[in-house]
Amino acid sequence: MLAKPRFRWLPMPYHSILLFVTWLLLNNTVAPGHLVLGAFLAWGIPMLTSGLSHPQPALHKPIKTLRYALMVLGDIVTANLEVARQVLGPLDQLHPALVALPLDIEGDLPITLLASTVSLTPGTVSSEVSQCRKFLYIHALTMKDEAELIATIKQRYEKPLMEIFSC
Amino acid sequence: MNFILELVVSIFLLIGGGFILVGSIGLMRLPDFMMRLHAPTKATTLGMGGLLIASMILFTLREPGHISVHELLITIFLFITAPVSAHMMAKTALHQKLKMISRTRGQELIDPASQQLAPKQSLEQGNDGVSVKS
Repeated sequence: MLAKPRFRWLPMPYHSILLFVTWLLLNNTVAPGHLVLGAFLAWGIPMLTSGLSHPQPALHKPIKTLRYALMVLGDIVTANLEVARQVLGPLDQLHPALVALPLDIEGDLPITLLASTVSLTPGTVSSEVSQCRKFLYIHALTMKDEAELIATIKQRYEKPLMEIFSC
Repeated sequence: MNFILELVVSIFLLIGGGFILVGSIGLMRLPDFMMRLHAPTKATTLGMGGLLIASMILFTLREPGHISVHELLITIFLFITAPVSAHMMAKTALHQKLKMISRTRGQELIDPASQQLAPKQSLEQGNDGVSVKS
């Protein structure tokens, strides 16, 4: 399911919102002049560049995306505490591993999001995607049980992403 | 500027600085490249978060009626770029076949991964070679 532009005059609505907010944050103001200029840029830039972008799976549940972002933010904090503890603790208790995670989600954007999430959260860095887009290679700083690690990632991160993109 | 504001800002600065220090210590202590990659991608993200929160509190409360939120942008850009650069470095390490310490499990995956292939069929059930035998 690829995103089709709903309106011809607003080809990428989420990009427009992002650009608008970024402009206001960059200028650190909500002055009326900047609101107008920001709105113009948020409309104009996607109009010019929408032809260049690859079609990506449509975002089906924007509210769920927000919840997912908050969950990942929480996990980043725990990931940091955990990695800090592991780094400062005895190193011979770390059992690094390379794991191939079978992917169920499709599309470049969802896989990128999953890979980024995996990199930001507890003890794992995504390191390669197979050409067929079916496997994500992950390096874990310390791993007790491979099946458990794969199940956690699939349950906690892949499932909500699949719901968000409904693929 | 009152004492409590200074205290809160200092606490956030200390937390941020502490995490960045831990990230750097990890970079020095961990034994191989792939493991070293973990410390800066994670510890530093939260460290920067702490510093930016301190900055937001300080500049918002110092002058009444002035809200400073553009630090949020740095956070967002950091969250976008940190995993991408980590991924690129890990990818390069795999392709260069950098040595991992010997107790790393799943080393047979280095070959298929560096050629962007799927893992071999027989390895799909048990990559560490233990669950295959049992």
